[in-house]
Amino acid sequence: MQQYFYDLADFVGVQLQSGEIYTTYLTGENSDFCRFSGGKVRQAGGVKQYSLSLRLINGQRHAQGSLSLSSHKDSDRQQIKDLLGILREQLAELPEDPYLLYATDVQSSEARRQNLLPDSREVVANIIERASGLDLVGIYAAGSIYRGFANSLGQRNWYESYPFNLDWSLYLQGDKAVKTSYAGFVWEDGAFAQKLADAKAQLAVLNLPPRTIKPGQYTVYLAPPALAEVTDMLSWNAFGLKAHRTKQTSLLKMVEAGVSMNSAVTMRENTAEGLAPDFSDSGYRRPAQVNLITNGHYQDSLVSPRSAKEYGVATNAAGDGESPQSLELAAGTIERSDVPQILGEGVYINNLWYLNYSDQSACRMTGLTRFASFWVENGEIKQPVNVMRFDESALRMLGDKLVGLTKERDMIMSAHTYERRSVNSAHLPGAVIKDFSFTL
Amino acid sequence: MQQAQFAHIKKLFQETVPTVDFASLRYHRDCDDLVAVRQDVLEPLRTNRDQGVMVTVHHRGGIGYGATSELTPSGLREAFARAVAWAERLGSVAVTDFSKIDMPHKRGEFKSPVREPWDGLSLRSKVEMLSDASRRLKRGSSIVDWSADLWHLRSDRLYLTNGGGEIYQSFDRLVPSLSVTANKGSETVTRTFGHMAVCRQQGFELLAETGFNTASEQLAEEALELLAAPNCPSAQMDLLLAPDQMVLQIHESIGHPLELDRILGDERNYAGTSFVTMDMFGRYQYGSPLLNVTFDPSRPEQAASYAFDDEGSPAELQYIIKDGILLRPLGGTISQARADYDGVASARADSWRRPAIDRMSNLNVEPGTVFFEDMIEGVERGIYMQTNCSWSIDDSRNKFQFGCERAQLIENGKLTKVVKKPNYRGISSNFWRSLKSVGHLSNMEVLGTPYCGKGEPNQAITVGHASPPCLFANVDVFGGE
Repeated sequence: MQQYFYDLADFVGVQLQSGEIYTTYLTGENSDFCRFSGGKVRQAGGVKQYSLSLRLINGQRHAQGSLSLSSHKDSDRQQIKDLLGILREQLAELPEDPYLLYATDVQSSEARRQNLLPDSREVVANIIERASGLDLVGIYAAGSIYRGFANSLGQRNWYESYPFNLDWSLYLQGDKAVKTSYAGFVWEDGAFAQKLADAKAQLAVLNLPPRTIKPGQYTVYLAPPALAEVTDMLSWNAFGLKAHRTKQTSLLKMVEAGVSMNSAVTMRENTAEGLAPDFSDSGYRRPAQVNLITNGHYQDSLVSPRSAKEYGVATNAAGDGESPQSLELAAGTIERSDVPQILGEGVYINNLWYLNYSDQSACRMTGLTRFASFWVENGEIKQPVNVMRFDESALRMLGDKLVGLTKERDMIMSAHTYERRSVNSAHLPGAVIKDFSFTL
Repeated sequence: MQQAQFAHIKKLFQETVPTVDFASLRYHRDCDDLVAVRQDVLEPLRTNRDQGVMVTVHHRGGIGYGATSELTPSGLREAFARAVAWAERLGSVAVTDFSKIDMPHKRGEFKSPVREPWDGLSLRSKVEMLSDASRRLKRGSSIVDWSADLWHLRSDRLYLTNGGGEIYQSFDRLVPSLSVTANKGSETVTRTFGHMAVCRQQGFELLAETGFNTASEQLAEEALELLAAPNCPSAQMDLLLAPDQMVLQIHESIGHPLELDRILGDERNYAGTSFVTMDMFGRYQYGSPLLNVTFDPSRPEQAASYAFDDEGSPAELQYIIKDGILLRPLGGTISQARADYDGVASARADSWRRPAIDRMSNLNVEPGTVFFEDMIEGVERGIYMQTNCSWSIDDSRNKFQFGCERAQLIENGKLTKVVKKPNYRGISSNFWRSLKSVGHLSNMEVLGTPYCGKGEPNQAITVGHASPPCLFANVDVFGGE
């Protein structure tokens, strides 16, 4: 696919007229998906898709479009010619863009993983066999993922990866379930068997009579997947330069009112250790790290090329949404095995669900517990807890209410597949939080 | 040109369709155009063109699909081979015997009723219109961000089956947006033109019908008013929801819990399960007797109207809840066969990349008899909330908390003080049973949302919700910090 993309890029270059520049970005995948319900197969199949985004620049004017590639040279070349025609017509009608910024330093790169994936149908058959008699629900997604960039200055970037992601839950009854995932690049049947055994062991605790707790304030532990829901909310709008300059960031009180988080909180966009490509769709190379929050204080923002031009600062190759793709929260000092004892009496929360802001300026979020959440008493896990709604400021969760973060961290590979399989990841510890507010 | 492409796809299907129990092909050609002006500067245009096919087979008890943008004989053969391989290998461990499901093989067509089409207005005219709307949003130094957008989505589709089914549908949607943000110190408020809920199968006539061209000044004034307003009080009181919040209330606490694939357990790992069980249909008191909810694909201009769903089943108006009693779930042919229960034609896919799953389509609260002014007059102590901005509900679709952009207190039958950051919370079934008044047809608004997410792999699809304002008794209301 790499050579095919580069050949198309060369073709675009040949089509240019005087004064024109192009940039192009490819997203592609050849994916297998199998959806499980009740330990059986609900839907299974494959999706082969390649999308080419093309930007035509002439002076300070530019227009952008995308098309789906057919993988046949003549057909795709004709599609590109047609799209270039549309973009040229648009350029003639467009004003100059004061915020146009594009990469002019040629920084080519190539990152390619070896394909070590086994046949997906055999993996799925094996999962079904091992989960026989169990109520397993979820999805197996596997296959190639491609990203490519090219421009008329000669820059060429390529990213090729072959991950799998089994995102699944084991249900006991009703809404009582254990959620887990198994993701990586080399499928190991033994590793899956161990995860399945661990989940089955947790089901035994879920089988105990559930406890319904009253609204109020509790000491809680947010396991890394639960904390990831909180950081996903922050990723939505907290770290972008545009959100900061237009006062829409949920961290407004950190930058306008002197509020800080706990000094243990250090967050970075860590491209060097994440799974996403180190180049953006605009052709800029991403720095290894961007320090977002350091020792509880806001530090740097994610800056897209457009925001960089608008606000007169340097870009750090963020996408248009200025959201992290490879977020990292520094490890703390709590041993994960000590969490129940530190909680004493409280709630051990493995997963949160459906977060949203109830007061964005105050960074106050609401959401719910989901899957396996347990009541802890005398430092021991006692019984499952029925679903509870919380409403709490993330500034306090990670500020004066934060007891500590765990030493151990999970590398969470995103299972999102809207339009295409995600390459995002998060590297997070768990968090013990006191006076956490449950409301319903 | 579109007819030629349909003919090409039909020929490809005839050449490549394998001998299986059931085979279908769904071809999409989608155009996605966005013109946006932010702070009076034109944003980069979006001009996306996308086409591909999804083939599905039911074979030896199994189900398999293959999606590809390679629209050639070899591309389709590969997609079909992939689908057949999945069905063959895992047919014995499928959730049901798919070969026994009687899939429809219908013929027909549908076209959105557009009067003033997207291409009928030049790019320059669109930019000028949005620039004008944008300029009128900036009313004072407290306004720190403002934008005006037009988003156009066109999808031409062909559905074919190995039993002679042949369906052409052409959807043309417009989503106009305005947004204005005001700030003072560490306090920021935003007011929008319906928060993307103004979404219909119409052309530019939608703008006049919904007041888009004259909305800027009022939204800006309301943003400034909210910035100076006190927080919404915390109390139990009567809650009157505007149609642009009813959209969300219907969507989250009626639509999703009634999706049959949730009830069957398919969504439990991602979008969630449902508090509704199969034994509730036909007898469960979902809401007060004033609650009447329809699945209505027949209102042509509504966002998710169609003649056939993506399993090829003909769509028709059905009552989902009648006089408060739950009647039928939202599920297509396959889910109905698995559940052995009648549903509606609501299996849909968001693109050629994804298989059809159970969806909402148009789900509407039917109008009552009370005019808006009379609803206000009947409230001694309450609050009127407008325009959704926050939504959260548990995975069984029971415990919800929603937030709105703007609210106004109702005191002794009159709208009084404006308050900011209004939120309310409740439990779905209790909430709908507290419905005490349903607005008149003349106060009904036809709205929707282009972003309804669910499914594995994930899909985001357009749904429609029409509703009048509705009044609920004794709701837990609160504000920001």
